[in-house]
Amino acid sequence: MLQWLPENISTFGQGVDNIFHIIYYITLVVFILVMGTLIIFLIKYRHQAGQKATYIEGSTTLEIVWTAATTVIVFGLAMLSYPQWNQIKSPNEFPANPDVLVQVSGKQFNWDMTYPGPDNELGTDDDLELENELHVPVNAVVHIRLTAEDVIHSFFVPQLRLKQDALPNRFINVWFEATKTGRYEIPCAELCGFGHSGMLGYLNVHSQADYDAWVKERWPQ
Amino acid sequence: MHDNEHASHHHEESFISKYIFSLDHKTIGKQFLIYGLIMFFVGGGLALLFRWQLAYPERPVPIIGASEKYMEEGEVTTGADKMWERIYETDEEEWLEVNMPNGVIEPAFYNMLFTMHATIMVFFVVVPILVGAFGNFLIPLMIGTRDMAFPILNMLSFWLAVLAAIIMAIGFFVPGGHAAAGWTGYAPLSADPQWTGVDWGQNLWAISLLIQGFSSLVGSINYITTIINMRAPGMTLFRMPLVIWSLFIVAILLLLAFPVLSSALALLIFDRLAGTTFFTATAEGGGDPLLWQHLFWFFGHPEVYVLILPGMGIASELIPVFSRKPIFGYRSMVYAMIAIAFLGWIVWGHHMFQSGMQPTLGSAFMMTTMLIAVPSAIKTFNWLGTMYKGSIQFTSPMLHSIAFVSMFVIGGLSGIYMANAPVDGFIHDTYYIVAHIHYVVFGGSLFAIFGGIIFWFPKMYGRHMNDVLNKIHFWLTFVAFNCTFFPMHILGVGGHMRRISNPMQYEFLQGFQGMNIFITMSAFTLGAAQLILVFNFFWSMSRGKVAEKNPWHVNTLEWEAPTPVPHGNFVGPVPTVYRGPYEYSVPGEESDWIPQVQPEHAPATGGD
Repeated sequence: MLQWLPENISTFGQGVDNIFHIIYYITLVVFILVMGTLIIFLIKYRHQAGQKATYIEGSTTLEIVWTAATTVIVFGLAMLSYPQWNQIKSPNEFPANPDVLVQVSGKQFNWDMTYPGPDNELGTDDDLELENELHVPVNAVVHIRLTAEDVIHSFFVPQLRLKQDALPNRFINVWFEATKTGRYEIPCAELCGFGHSGMLGYLNVHSQADYDAWVKERWPQ
Repeated sequence: MHDNEHASHHHEESFISKYIFSLDHKTIGKQFLIYGLIMFFVGGGLALLFRWQLAYPERPVPIIGASEKYMEEGEVTTGADKMWERIYETDEEEWLEVNMPNGVIEPAFYNMLFTMHATIMVFFVVVPILVGAFGNFLIPLMIGTRDMAFPILNMLSFWLAVLAAIIMAIGFFVPGGHAAAGWTGYAPLSADPQWTGVDWGQNLWAISLLIQGFSSLVGSINYITTIINMRAPGMTLFRMPLVIWSLFIVAILLLLAFPVLSSALALLIFDRLAGTTFFTATAEGGGDPLLWQHLFWFFGHPEVYVLILPGMGIASELIPVFSRKPIFGYRSMVYAMIAIAFLGWIVWGHHMFQSGMQPTLGSAFMMTTMLIAVPSAIKTFNWLGTMYKGSIQFTSPMLHSIAFVSMFVIGGLSGIYMANAPVDGFIHDTYYIVAHIHYVVFGGSLFAIFGGIIFWFPKMYGRHMNDVLNKIHFWLTFVAFNCTFFPMHILGVGGHMRRISNPMQYEFLQGFQGMNIFITMSAFTLGAAQLILVFNFFWSMSRGKVAEKNPWHVNTLEWEAPTPVPHGNFVGPVPTVYRGPYEYSVPGEESDWIPQVQPEHAPATGGD
């Protein structure tokens, strides 16, 4: 199962994968134990002529044991996940001062990327708008100001382990730091209309030098 | 006693009052069952259509699709080509021409197909069968009374459901097509026709669900009143069979949850028809798309437990009967169901982890959601405990119950992944979710439904279903089900989004196409296998082996009633209950079962 996960290219992605692996092994063990027990019971206690079932109404001890054991496991899993969750989504725990800031706006059926330009302020003359192409440098903190123009879309980069819905008239801060250069797909993950399938942008992760060159080309001064 | 007085009302009834506008809970239960089975085929057929598109994107569906030659060169070679030729010759835009020209499923039609598949399966199949059919048929019989508390309301509940189904069906044929915003109907997509092109389809969807809500509401009031007030003498709450407990808890959930959906639907209709903006955010102000999600899931999560709790109840009846043993930990089974129902109210936010909801709120919902694993585990272990040292008979109902438990284990374990907010960030809105819901609702609820139908069929129709057909149906369904839905976990782990009509548009998904084809093949097998069940069901009604009064040797009260069950259920006074429902293989007893009506002659063993 695990080998089907797409390659991870974000700093927080490894943490997500680690939790995924932990849950995978816990659930795998539970599954094998429960199914194994079930199959053994089905064979061992199948109806046989002349054999009667044993009258057992239950066991308070067992009820307490499996209630407590399950509680401890799920409680532990939740505690383990809080730091990871906050690191990805909680604006208070983001790395401050991004290297790159981009506004990404979903609209039927494209991703509009707006770069603030040299003044680092959106809504000014030097803004650059690109359709479906997002360019960022590798190993740099990127902040995305995510919004939508019409309906709900969802910004999804499988390799970043990142998904965030984009809502009209709401600006949600999203961050990531890519660790590998390349071109990755940005599908829309929330049903957004008849063009939902195929709503697709690209995340271009450049080396710092390539990114600088790209910036220079766009804003020559 | 009013019982005797009631029993004497055995006047002849006309065909209409006996079979159509019947007030008898058993007839209404059977009506709901047949209603659910018919809708099961509609919902399943829609799924097969969109599965075709996922396996073979942009290719015409079999049988009615045009040939390649016709599509490329316009040359008519097959019967289907002739049909398309005729359709294109007419001036008006025909339904097929709009939705699937040449038999190729259009993206908008695709959205409509999966929207309506889920809507029908959830609201028109699983709830009507589990709650409407089993609830109506079993509650009075199993608690030992002659009918529901409010028979007229009961009839109303069924006919409102029929009205809702008719309105839902009309939606397929209105201009603009049926609702296509997902069964969850997320606003603003659902709130304004300009985003989907769907006009009256979405309105009818909302109106139909409003009416279905009334039907459920009326039914649940009836169930709650009946269970609280009309139990037979000696039938204390803790002597009730677990399926009655599950239906009682579900009725309370429906009573409290459905009005929330109804309000949300009413607001949605205002948004669409009266120009309000409850669910749309504009620069000038207005409402909030997240409001819809909160309202929908505040209803939706308890609704999910409405879909599974009666399945758990049915399995809890069948497993003791065919293990010839008492249910393991009766009381903890009851408390676990109450715990699941309670937790169901405080977990709705886990559907919204990635919605833009405050992340801290997500943390809280992660914890409450994780906790649901606890009562679910209790139930699973208790079913295993019931089989421990039993004398297990592999009858068809038992096979379905075992499948229920195993599939519920998979569905429960996969739920832990998405309960975990950071992991959900990856698998949310992927096929992982689709796999999970189907393991719970198909693998869980439907296997329980199949088991329950076979088990209670003799009491419903006085005959047995054909056992060979039942076994074939079971094995085909079990294998095809797992081949259909298990690979979806893998698709989800690969990041395959749900609700996309053409996975080939994405580079990172192209490697999964073989798996998509395999899933579609399995889905068609799964669909075909259900024909066996339906044939068997209707054939056995008149041709099945005649059943005796209590063929499975069961303790509960419904088997005390004669077969077929007469109007008024019990001959003479209603039975008196002396013991719990699961007294199987009691030591020192000759028979391995002791009906609930048998007076105590030994120290108390079961129940309260």
